[in-house]
Amino acid sequence: MELLLASGIGVLTAVAVYLLLRARTFEVVLGLTLLSYAVNLFLFAMGRVAVDRYPILRDGLAPTLANHSDPLPQALVLTAIVIGFAMTAVLIVIALRSDAEFGDDSADAGRADEDAR
Amino acid sequence: MEDPASPAVSLAWIVALPFIAAAILFTLPNYARNLAAGVAGAFTLLALGLLLAFTPDVFAGLVPAVAWPWLPLAGADLGFRADGLAFMFAGLVLGIGALVVLYARYYLSSADPMARFFAFFMLFMGAMLGIVLADNLILLVIFWELTSLSSFLLIGYWQHRSDARQGARMALVITGTGGLALLAGVLLIGQTVGSYKLDVVLQSATVLQSSSVYLPALLLVLAGAFTKSAQVPFHFWLPQAMAAPTPVSAYLHSATMVKAGIFLIARLHPTLAGTDPWFYIVTSVGLATLVVGAYIAVFQHDLKGLLAYSTISHLGLITLLFGLDTRLASIAAVFHILNHATFKASLFMAAGIIDHESGSRDMRALNGLWKYMPITAVLAIVASAAMAGVPLLNGFLSKEMFFAETIGLDSFGVFSVLVPVLATVAAGFSVAYSMRFIHDVFWNGEPIGLPRKPHDPPFWMLVPVGVLAGLCLFVGLFPAVAIGPLLEVAAASVIGGELPYYSLKIWHGFNLPLIMSVLALALGAAFYLSLQRLFRLHDHVHIVYGGRQIFDSILRALLNGSRAVIRWLATGRLHRSMALIVAVTITVAVAPWLTPRAANAASLTLAINVPPLLATVLWAVGLAATLGLLWLHRDRFTAVLLLGGIGLIVSITFALLSAPDLALTQLLVEIASVVLLMLALNYLPARADPLPANASRRWRDGLLAAAAGICVTVAVAVVLTGPSVSAVAPWLLANSVPGAAGTNAVNVIIVDFRALDTLGEIAVLGIAALIIVGVLQDYRPRRSSISAEKLAAAGQGFSLMLSMTSRALVPAAAVVAIWFFLRGHNLPGGGFIAGLVLALGLLLPYLARGTSWVEERQRINYEAWIGWGLFIAGLTGVVSLALGYPFLTSTYLTPEVPIIGKIPIASALFFDIGVFATVTGAVTLALTRLGRVNVGPR
Repeated sequence: MELLLASGIGVLTAVAVYLLLRARTFEVVLGLTLLSYAVNLFLFAMGRVAVDRYPILRDGLAPTLANHSDPLPQALVLTAIVIGFAMTAVLIVIALRSDAEFGDDSADAGRADEDAR
Repeated sequence: MEDPASPAVSLAWIVALPFIAAAILFTLPNYARNLAAGVAGAFTLLALGLLLAFTPDVFAGLVPAVAWPWLPLAGADLGFRADGLAFMFAGLVLGIGALVVLYARYYLSSADPMARFFAFFMLFMGAMLGIVLADNLILLVIFWELTSLSSFLLIGYWQHRSDARQGARMALVITGTGGLALLAGVLLIGQTVGSYKLDVVLQSATVLQSSSVYLPALLLVLAGAFTKSAQVPFHFWLPQAMAAPTPVSAYLHSATMVKAGIFLIARLHPTLAGTDPWFYIVTSVGLATLVVGAYIAVFQHDLKGLLAYSTISHLGLITLLFGLDTRLASIAAVFHILNHATFKASLFMAAGIIDHESGSRDMRALNGLWKYMPITAVLAIVASAAMAGVPLLNGFLSKEMFFAETIGLDSFGVFSVLVPVLATVAAGFSVAYSMRFIHDVFWNGEPIGLPRKPHDPPFWMLVPVGVLAGLCLFVGLFPAVAIGPLLEVAAASVIGGELPYYSLKIWHGFNLPLIMSVLALALGAAFYLSLQRLFRLHDHVHIVYGGRQIFDSILRALLNGSRAVIRWLATGRLHRSMALIVAVTITVAVAPWLTPRAANAASLTLAINVPPLLATVLWAVGLAATLGLLWLHRDRFTAVLLLGGIGLIVSITFALLSAPDLALTQLLVEIASVVLLMLALNYLPARADPLPANASRRWRDGLLAAAAGICVTVAVAVVLTGPSVSAVAPWLLANSVPGAAGTNAVNVIIVDFRALDTLGEIAVLGIAALIIVGVLQDYRPRRSSISAEKLAAAGQGFSLMLSMTSRALVPAAAVVAIWFFLRGHNLPGGGFIAGLVLALGLLLPYLARGTSWVEERQRINYEAWIGWGLFIAGLTGVVSLALGYPFLTSTYLTPEVPIIGKIPIASALFFDIGVFATVTGAVTLALTRLGRVNVGPR
């Protein structure tokens, strides 16, 4: 189980990094979304995964880590997911604007030649 | 030395007064020449008076001191201490400073901004006083750097002249680098000795000299001293600094700033001296400087250039004496510091007068000025004679002591012959250039092509020169009376112990030093006359290749190197920056694990247990989707669909691994993301053109990506198979019900225990939504996959089924959202999930009927929702603040409701309302704005 999760996160990261390096706006968006999935899973995994141990307290079940998974990484990842979406939206909008302004959907559109510096 | 009974606060005033004067002078207008000079002079004399008040104490052997705590962690107080050496130097700085102020008043022309000049001047004076009076090494280094800075300002005073700017820059670079070395050396000394206070450091010779940092510390401190005092090989900045106005040269570059390095050597002499490295390094450098400086000085045609190299040579002499490291040599060195300051300052001022009155500094053009400016000539002759070591003047006395110390170095091999011989030779050169200064300027024919008719300057301009020349004579004739006590206390601070017997008599009998003096006089005269007559001295232009050219090429190499690095690293292109970030992150993450100790600690306990079928299937599908995304990413439509699939897999993974809240959130966010990406794809090309074929770049990227993936996999695997250590989680779980009346521990953390984080996060959401609104304000896309006519036609019954369903679904979505919201505190749900559900529900009509149709009928101001949401969330915090609890404390009630029973209601519910509103507003804004885009022709 752990290896499945680990390899899954690894593959997500690898594909995400590759897409990021393509340096076109849409590919960068795709890459960042994948990377945020990978990172969210990573953070969540730091709380040690377990099946059937919801962080919902019930009567008769002692409120300890033996019966529930770690709630703190889950809380952190929850807000991370929502903010990640907001950032994706911002990025997409900037990508659209950049494409409209410069007529080119490469991530370096509109950049003057730096070697002249 | 014992401390006095009461702290000497006026010591601090001595240092502070010049800075106050500088502050005043910065506010004065530049045409207020007399006022500016008056302010400067008054403050200097006041400080001098305060200093002289300490004379009885210092001469009695006491050390007045005062200190205030300033940087306790750094071990630095704001403290000042006046022992004999500091007293003597402070007197030099202030006394010669007052004279130079008077001189400068008449030297600077009406076109020069005088108030600014005196402001910089006072700044320097204060910094110099700080160096000599500081009671700890850190304070000394701070003032040291301040002198470099103020010297930079003063050298570059005539900003319009490029040689002034270059000279200032070179001086700053060299003395600044030396200052850095000095700081390093001081830190080493302080760490070893245990304190930065001079009182402690000066007693710690044995501790320091027996430790292993002695040699590095010595080298660093000497580097600082040698750069400041223009010793070989760092001497070349001083001739360049002659581009400064002559008052600056007279003050800084003969009497005070260049003496700072010598002062440092003298100050740290008790601690650092007495070892072989000290002897060999300091003596060699001093000797080299002495000879090289004197030789080059003879061949200079510029008045100030000659004096500059002569200063270098004399500083080398003093350094040599400190290097010889006998007690008598230290006394001789201190004596020569005093004498050199006196005659060199007056010579510089005389040179300035000649330049001022005749318009030229070139000795080839200046001849026969004796007829035109006799008084100046007389004063200059006295000072020159002191420089040459003519008897009955102060220079002769210190030269005699110098010669006496160079003899008798029997135990140091070749040095015992080399030093006296070279000393005599250098003294000969000194006589030669002194003669040159006098003869070539005041006699030797008629002036050639001078811009002005030379004449004696105004009386007040001659006064400073006269005072100093008179001092040369006075000390030369009556040394014991003039400076006996002063020399005694100053030398005592340097030696740090018993003073040996020495006498300041004028005549010591026929001994070897006297013979050496006579020899030097004869040789020097012969050298000069032969150059003059036989070798056509005036045509000889001495090209000095050395420091300056090396300095320029080093700077050029540094600049070119930096530019090359920037061109490689910081191109500003996304690909390069991204690749670098990933590569560096991988390296930094992996590097610690490559040490043997870490490799032993990490153990991958591979429990071979067969994972359940669902998990395996999920994993396989997810893998396929991801790799499919990689393969097909250029077909953007397919890519978005695959991305949605991957998101769904992640959501199910969360559900499987006991995180229901996360699963819900991920699912909803996934839907929203897919909608968003589809909307965006409308305006972007549906198929990406392949990037210019660059196979090597593709391989590099692939390699980097693979490395990143492997690192992450290994990291997660190691963590997951290792033990769990969570200190906070047990507390959170245990306190969830009693502390916050909620059984959903995740939600309790979000809205109660960590509410402040959440407040920040919803603020970020709101800002992101507003950014989207702003960026899309004037957005006119280049293309659209749906033409404008089709869009216009979309407003009429575009999708009947969707519009009918949405009519039912929107209220249902609202109910589900509120249900999620209310149950969130105890079961999976909460403000975030509720907000997302409501936002997606509100989105449906937009998708079904189009933005314009919806917004004609319903004008919900989602920006206001964001604002109100944040306000309500903040209000819950403020209310708790007003009730006396920390911000965002929550409480709960359990009211009794008939039939249902006790219902625990937490005040965090109101906070969650704020979250609900903000999330709905932000997400709806983000999604619906793209629909408002104008796709008409541009």
